Amino acid sequence: MDTKILDIYDLKREFKMGTETVRALKGITFDVSTGEFLTIMGSSGSGKTTMLNILGCLDKPTDGIYKLDGVDITTLSKDELARFRNTKIGFVFQAYNLLPRTSALENVELPLLYNNTIGAKERRERALHALESVKLADRMDHTPNQLSGGQQQRVAIARALVNEPVMILADEATGNLDTRTSYEIMSLMQELNQKDGKTIVFVTHEPDIAAFSSRTITLRDGRLQRDTINSNPRSAREALATFPETDDY
Amino acid sequence: MNLVNLIRLAWRALHRNKLRAFLTMLGIIIGVASVITMMSIGEGSKQSIQTSISSMGSNMITIMPSSNTPGVQMAGSNIHSLTLADVKALKKDANYITTISPLASSNGQVIKGALNWSTTIQGASPEYLEIRKLSLKDGIVFSENDVRSSAKVCLLGQTVVDNLFAKGEDPIGKIIRFKKIPLQVIGILVSKGQSNFGQDQDDIIIAPYTTVMKRILATTYIQDIYASATSEAETDKATDEIKTILRETHKIRADQDDDFTIRTMAELIKMLSSTTGMMTTLLTAVAGISLVIGGIGIMNIMYVSVTERTREIGLRMSIGARGVDILMQFLIEAILISITGGVIGVVLGVSSSLIVASVLNWPTVISESSIILSFIVCAFTGVFFGYYPAQKASLLDPIEALRYE
Ligand SMILES: Nc1ncnc2c1ncn2[C@@H]1O[C@H](COP(=O)(O)OP(=O)(O)OP(=O)(O)O)[C@@H](O)[C@H]1O
Ligand SMILES: [Mg+2]
Repeated sequence: MDTKILDIYDLKREFKMGTETVRALKGITFDVSTGEFLTIMGSSGSGKTTMLNILGCLDKPTDGIYKLDGVDITTLSKDELARFRNTKIGFVFQAYNLLPRTSALENVELPLLYNNTIGAKERRERALHALESVKLADRMDHTPNQLSGGQQQRVAIARALVNEPVMILADEATGNLDTRTSYEIMSLMQELNQKDGKTIVFVTHEPDIAAFSSRTITLRDGRLQRDTINSNPRSAREALATFPETDDY
Repeated sequence: MNLVNLIRLAWRALHRNKLRAFLTMLGIIIGVASVITMMSIGEGSKQSIQTSISSMGSNMITIMPSSNTPGVQMAGSNIHSLTLADVKALKKDANYITTISPLASSNGQVIKGALNWSTTIQGASPEYLEIRKLSLKDGIVFSENDVRSSAKVCLLGQTVVDNLFAKGEDPIGKIIRFKKIPLQVIGILVSKGQSNFGQDQDDIIIAPYTTVMKRILATTYIQDIYASATSEAETDKATDEIKTILRETHKIRADQDDDFTIRTMAELIKMLSSTTGMMTTLLTAVAGISLVIGGIGIMNIMYVSVTERTREIGLRMSIGARGVDILMQFLIEAILISITGGVIGVVLGVSSSLIVASVLNWPTVISESSIILSFIVCAFTGVFFGYYPAQKASLLDPIEALRYE
């Protein structure tokens, strides 16, 4: 089943700053098939976040074609984009972005609240299920300030999963975490990718994080510099085993 | 997001900032409470004025003498333009008048044994009691015969009784002296208490007008004429009729002013209701101002709230909230603040009107319309002042909002 979930052609994004124009993306072409685990790398300012925002339907390209799941995003209205974000995309941010003073379960439920076809009972069941898949079901009543950074990021991943999106987008999701916790997150990502067949686009700075993915795109100054297939991705679970045991996980 | 979840969300946001929410509501609370209290006091006094006016006879007409000589202003009691002939003429020709009575009154001291009291004696016909809506609690009214014979009889108000007679003593049949004239008490008036203008309506003696005119005042003029119109609504017709008849009997030329003045209860009612109308307008203005101030408070705090929660808004948008979802979230929060403030205000207003009624003994009437009106105005205030902050939130760019520090 080699369906293209993302189809990008000559994508450009320019920011007008007064009289100057910042060209963040200068014509990028690539596509992603269902079930791929893609990492986007590149130095700071190379346009990774700009790219991901467009992929996540938070932003529209200035020029070029972007098709998500066969739909041309550039033709959609604001509300239709919101609907796409709600049903097709799961976001994971560097800063977790959980609602403060709100329990883990309610944080995970949040996307489903904006989907009127899902009732209260189903919402709760699906949120619990998502929390289980990130192994935090026992922490469902905890608020973010009662959770470690790694746990918060796992709650955020559960939130990204709960609407059963066609793809998960992560912008430096391990950027605030230590190596061990980063590996835990990557292990979770690999599991979602391999077991559930989720397509993942993961922006990162670090080559050793990219090593866990099946394909790496490198951006440089708004252009696609390299597109490499990693035929033998490293297993995050095995990498974790090399770390001394702690009882945090 | 559906309405139930939106309300729950807004409720929780307020719950998290209880003190802030309360302080924001304060303007609305004070506004609504004061409006309800003042309206209940206003309505109460309006109703009590109305009942006391109708107890005085809402169809009552008073004719007083006045000067029609330009440049010469005299006090009414010094003008002698009304006579018994006028009463007779009105009795004969007026169709819109049911009863009529002349009035000749005199102030002076009344003595009974060792006790004395300063009061007013009113000389009138027996119909006077009917016009003024007075009645007897004891004894009988003097008759037409008494009038014809200038009989030395009188009726006493309760205040006069209290000041001249010992407790338990029966005044009926006793003789009192007014300006040395002995009068036999034949009846006692039912107490009417104070009038709206603070007069003691029980401090009177009523006697036949002939008795007062001949024996006490020694005059042929009368001071006032009291009459009852056929109904309150026909007071104006009665007034016109009286005017025509009196101008004829007084032989007043067309270019001359009247030498009498006609006052009606209908006029007084109109005046009082215009006063209450003015008061209502004033209250509405006060209410409007306090609600606007309360509304601005809400607007202010909603802007703060939107700014504080910029990242939250960005996040909600990134997981699929539409602009309208964000708009509703903040709008409902604003409405919830104003309506909660309104509820507290109503409770406070109602209890303070009850307190005013029981402690100060003021008549208060809590009208449902004032409560319903307050609610509607509160909801409107919430929508009006909450809309702009909510719209600002809904128009945020999700990327920028997520990046907001
Ligand atoms: N809203 C914006 N307005 C103007 N310029 C922008 C805006 N967003 C991004 N840029 C510019 O676009 C370029 C790419 O930015 P982007 O955030 O995509 O980089 P990045 O690869 O994510 O960097 P980093 O690794 O530091 O996060 C930068 O030069 C940046 O200044
Ligand atoms: Mg970035």
